[in-house]
Amino acid sequence: MRRALWILAVLLSHWRRHKMQFAALLVGLIAATALWSGVQAINQQARSAYDRAAATFGGVRTAMLVAPNAATFPQELFIKLRRAGWPVSPALEGRVQINGRSVRLLGIEPVTLPVDVGNAPRLGAADLSSFVAPPGQTLVARETLSDLQETEGASPPISSGAKLPPLRVQKQLAPGVLVVDIGVAQRLLNNPDQVSRLLIGQPRGKPMPLASIIGEQLQRVEPDAETELERLTDSFHLNLTAFGLLSFFVGLFIVNSAVGLAFEQRLPMLRTLRACGASARLVNTVLVVELVALALVAGLIGLVCGYFIAAALLPDVAASLRGLYGAQIPGQLSLQPEWWLAGIGISVAGALVAAATSLIKAIRMPVLATAQPRAWQQRQRHWLVLQSLAACAVFAVALLLLHYGQSLIAGFGVLAALMLGAALILPAILDIILLAGQRVARGPLALWFWADSRQQLSGLSLALMALLLALAVNVGVSTMVETFSRTFIGWLNGRLAADVYISASDNAQGVAIRNWLKDRGDVQAILSGGRAETQIRGQSVELLGLPDHALYRERWPLLEAAPRAWTRLVPGNAAFISEQLSRRLNVRLGDVVEVPAPGGTWEFDIVGIYADYGNPKGQLTVNVAALIRQFPQTPQTRIGLIVARENIAGLIAALQKQFGLDDRSVADQATVKAESIRIFKRTFAVTSALNAFTLGVAGIALLTSLLTLANSRLPQLAPLWAIGITRPRLAAIELTKTLSVALFTALLAAPLGLLVAWCLIAIVNVKAFGWRLPFHVFPLQLIELVAVALLASLLAALLPMLRLARMQPANLVKVFANER
Amino acid sequence: MSVEKISRRSFAGGIAALALARRAGAQGYAGLGETADGFAKVTPGKLFAFPADHGPHPEFRIEWWYLTANLVDASGAACGLQWTLFRQAAQPGPQGEGWANQQVWMAHAAVTRADTHRFTETFSRGGVGQAGVTAKPFDAWIDDWEMKSLERTDDRTLAPLTLKASGTDFSYALTLEADRPVVLQGDGGYSRKSERGQASYYYSQPFYRARGTLTIDDKPVDVSGQAWMDREWSSQPLDADQTGWDWLSLHLSSGDKLMLYRLRQKDGKDYPFGNWISASGGTQMIAGSDIQMMPKATAEVAGRKLPVEWQIAIPSRSFSILCKPLNPRAWMGTGFSYWEGPISFIGTHDGVGYLELTGY
Amino acid sequence: MLSIRNLSKTFSSAGEPVHVLRGVDLDLKAGERVALTGESGSGKSTLLHLIAGLDAADGGTIRLEEIEVTKLSDAGRASLRRDRIGLVFQQFNLVPSLSVADNLAFQARIAGRHDAAWTKELVERLGLGSLLKRYPEQISGGQQQRVAIGRALATKPSLLLADEPTGNLDEATADDVLALTRDLVARTGCGFLMVTHSLHLAATLDRHLTLHAGRIA
Repeated sequence: MRRALWILAVLLSHWRRHKMQFAALLVGLIAATALWSGVQAINQQARSAYDRAAATFGGVRTAMLVAPNAATFPQELFIKLRRAGWPVSPALEGRVQINGRSVRLLGIEPVTLPVDVGNAPRLGAADLSSFVAPPGQTLVARETLSDLQETEGASPPISSGAKLPPLRVQKQLAPGVLVVDIGVAQRLLNNPDQVSRLLIGQPRGKPMPLASIIGEQLQRVEPDAETELERLTDSFHLNLTAFGLLSFFVGLFIVNSAVGLAFEQRLPMLRTLRACGASARLVNTVLVVELVALALVAGLIGLVCGYFIAAALLPDVAASLRGLYGAQIPGQLSLQPEWWLAGIGISVAGALVAAATSLIKAIRMPVLATAQPRAWQQRQRHWLVLQSLAACAVFAVALLLLHYGQSLIAGFGVLAALMLGAALILPAILDIILLAGQRVARGPLALWFWADSRQQLSGLSLALMALLLALAVNVGVSTMVETFSRTFIGWLNGRLAADVYISASDNAQGVAIRNWLKDRGDVQAILSGGRAETQIRGQSVELLGLPDHALYRERWPLLEAAPRAWTRLVPGNAAFISEQLSRRLNVRLGDVVEVPAPGGTWEFDIVGIYADYGNPKGQLTVNVAALIRQFPQTPQTRIGLIVARENIAGLIAALQKQFGLDDRSVADQATVKAESIRIFKRTFAVTSALNAFTLGVAGIALLTSLLTLANSRLPQLAPLWAIGITRPRLAAIELTKTLSVALFTALLAAPLGLLVAWCLIAIVNVKAFGWRLPFHVFPLQLIELVAVALLASLLAALLPMLRLARMQPANLVKVFANER
Repeated sequence: MSVEKISRRSFAGGIAALALARRAGAQGYAGLGETADGFAKVTPGKLFAFPADHGPHPEFRIEWWYLTANLVDASGAACGLQWTLFRQAAQPGPQGEGWANQQVWMAHAAVTRADTHRFTETFSRGGVGQAGVTAKPFDAWIDDWEMKSLERTDDRTLAPLTLKASGTDFSYALTLEADRPVVLQGDGGYSRKSERGQASYYYSQPFYRARGTLTIDDKPVDVSGQAWMDREWSSQPLDADQTGWDWLSLHLSSGDKLMLYRLRQKDGKDYPFGNWISASGGTQMIAGSDIQMMPKATAEVAGRKLPVEWQIAIPSRSFSILCKPLNPRAWMGTGFSYWEGPISFIGTHDGVGYLELTGY
Repeated sequence: MLSIRNLSKTFSSAGEPVHVLRGVDLDLKAGERVALTGESGSGKSTLLHLIAGLDAADGGTIRLEEIEVTKLSDAGRASLRRDRIGLVFQQFNLVPSLSVADNLAFQARIAGRHDAAWTKELVERLGLGSLLKRYPEQISGGQQQRVAIGRALATKPSLLLADEPTGNLDEATADDVLALTRDLVARTGCGFLMVTHSLHLAATLDRHLTLHAGRIA
């Protein structure tokens, strides 16, 4: 043991003399672990939130009965089923406005609630009477309580003026929902004797078939292991994971180059150890122990960093998920022990993988150094050919995936294969460029410049590959975000046709507002819209009713439209379909779509397809009058107004005064637009942040590679110095070499990045969100990124070059003194 | 007093705990010893009126329709069944409409053979129709369990009735006939539960002849025998220091019926009581001092020691029997658990009956 | 103490076998100091490496005290080097990241037989007292070789093997270093086998052997 410790001490002494190398190794491991764990923490947080939501009082984890048109149905059916032996429990769901915020309200019946509804909070016997008996209770998650800016015990009023039962925090409850007794819910939602679903518990005997009791009035929905939310958000989390993985690999590049050099430098030390009688097995064991110990330390630091990264990104992630999918994620990070263990594990595994070649080399090392001529050219060619062959194989996989893959995973697979292949083939391409340079070079120094750059390639290639990947992703993501941004803002301009938007609390207020507006001279047009919910193939779909008005014909953007599309909408037998839904249902112009409506099936021709960015639900747009005919329950609370610009502020103030509307219930177009753009921007904030992190890590990879190379470059540089080239000139040449290689890499990254962007826009986005955006190239952005890459390379190269420029001649002389 | 130590007659049990356990540390079973503020009081001298009194009395806190049957199948093997509907008012005062109704209903069903005991339970809120009782025509139901009158049902005998219930692994359907009127227990239906005046209204129909089908594990068997229904309601039937009881309903082979119970008190003193019902329907109260109830053997069920065998004597009537359970494992492991099962007895008299043990 | 019989070793170079040693016989008594000379490629260093167990022989036997070196496994040869042999190379082979003091104690620590008093004596005799905290690159070649010799002798080996120990030193320093080595060898009583190309230095030892065409001439 003492022998092993002494050997460990000797091995560790190397780092004391090579602090930069040590730092590179640690930074690499920390960066790899931090970003990976950060992303994992976010994903874990989100998943547990989905689980909580899914399990809340019979979410999708419980089998249930619903009406085919997803509407509410009479409570009488509940009694009928119970009396026929069906172990059902009623629930009523709706939305209420509290302090101007819309919240889900869920009414449950605790006495019949199945005991096995997932991990839903169980109403203990002690709490039952306080929940059921007047005034009752409103169960709420702590997050939601603070979102509503309420305190426990308070009874906030909802928009109708009725008061909620006193709020009580229930820890396991999913955020964003208020749970009350079903009787309270029926009263608050003004839905007497109606329920929206029946949760099915464990049957107590063999109940009669459903149809024999209530006919076709209700249909059974089987429990779902994966929620719709999980399906929808999969793409988002996959996206995060892809970034985490990319950063992880870039981090490992750093580790690989640092470890490689350190082992190379320690080979004589290992030989001496062996010559002095340390057995090979012991030395190798200690080498692995050293690496694992370093990985543990770095892994822990990385985890702490990962925690902070996750905590910093989480609010944006939560906002994105809420904006994109309506998913509620707590903004407070809570981590499970598995996360820590997995993080440490990935750090150790990553370190071992990154150091594998070096370790194997050390383990196979003979005690006696065999004098071998450094046939680097031959080895490098061999290596370039092998890597290029691997690249071709990976490209082939990309093509296959592109051709046969259907899923989102396949989309990401294409991206991954594309980037891996490009990274693998990069050294070969650079070699060809440098060889061409060598061929056309005039003068000995220029010749040396090109030849030496080629020799440096193997040492720098990993860092350059990392740079290529980071730059390509950067180009790809920036292009996509910019494309989306422009498309989105253009779309929003057309979509927000009215000048003022009003959301009345109920139909009565809606009527009152309309009547009041009619008498005002400053309102040019009143546009009443409406929304209803229905289902197509078990998925909930939104029906948007728009009034027939010239404004819409002029400005509302359609991606595709049949002739006279808006006119055909008016009779109610035609509809526009949102792009997402058209892809999901595989519906085109001229196809017929049916939806269940209270009065029977409603059928219409599809006469238009429109973009509906950011809407997690599929949507159909119909004429509002037709919508109300088919769905008489449709709340007529949405009103758009056309108002001259100078009258907007006055009108809003008057509306607020007259009807007590708050900022959320009445807003002008500019406010709505600003809000939409703000939400949109946050959606990509995480992507951008991870993007910047990755580029930073790639920069570090380049810096560490150059730093570690700098020392080993002395023997190549010393002869040039000896024949009369000054140190500053040498440094300048070295800098030029590094920058030119980086420039070539950046130039190669640009087309690769555009390809990545194309993949994101044409494959991943379509599969993830159902949107296909027009593809734009932004040359200025590309130039900017190349400049950033060069700047990063310059910064990375500067330190080693300054050291060279200021190097004591004695150090250069030593090269000769030490030469064998 | 923990929630588990609750049961029937007091139905103390059931829902009482649901509604009242909040006031933890309540006395008696799950708060049955509390004062009955706001609820109607049980006073002597009530005149019973049928069919009205077959129906619910929501102004009282608790109430039950409790039926036990001692049956035999075609092969002569003994079996028993239980059907119980409990009502509990969470709050006094006028009855709320719909979901606002303050009544909570709970029901237990069980079947017992020498080799098996099956039980199940269900719950319901009042006011919406999932459970309830109507006096005329008589109908007591919860979910698909039901005790229901026919066209020719007589209010005085509360017969004939049909009865059904089902669990995951058993079900039963019986017809109940009787030709004698219901019997008022205690003093004209006023049943004292302690020396300090706690009491309930209590009447029974011990003369049911039962016939029907009992299905265990999908194997239906024709059964017939005798059944006994208890109707009881109260607002505070137990004294604060009464911890549980041992209750028996006995069908003597002579055609006489005997109801016996012993309320156990914290101080070790018991409050025994009995009612002798002759085959013709006449009743006679038996003084507590005249009743000797001695546990003979215990069985360990569900981690509890239960006196399932009894030596019982009423010297004034030269009555002395030894009771043995059909199945000592007749434990009702429902949310509010107790022991309830068929028994048979021999001695100066022989016959069958039901035993209930609560508060253990 | 050291007895070598009919030792042979063959390398292959560019596919051709090169018979470096073709039946070497050699004996060395305890305390004896022997110089081994021969032209380049005669197999001097190979012989030394085989004795040290750095490489395995193809035929013949090497016996050091009671141990038959040629029969040892890799691990056995490692422990032989650790416990019984001191090695000095032309390149000094100090660990650059360890101080002079740590380099001196290096092998003794690995062998688990660090003797503070003996190390102190070595430091004094080798004149390294003022250099203990320095690193190899901060001291001269002669000083580095003294550290290497100190490291080799710190374990009190049975046999000290030196491969051109003065090859990187100027003549005066070489004489100095060798004189010190002879003294220390005499002090410890170990055997000493030195490969050198300097006849002048070879003459200062007890015996002088020449290797020619793979055999002791």
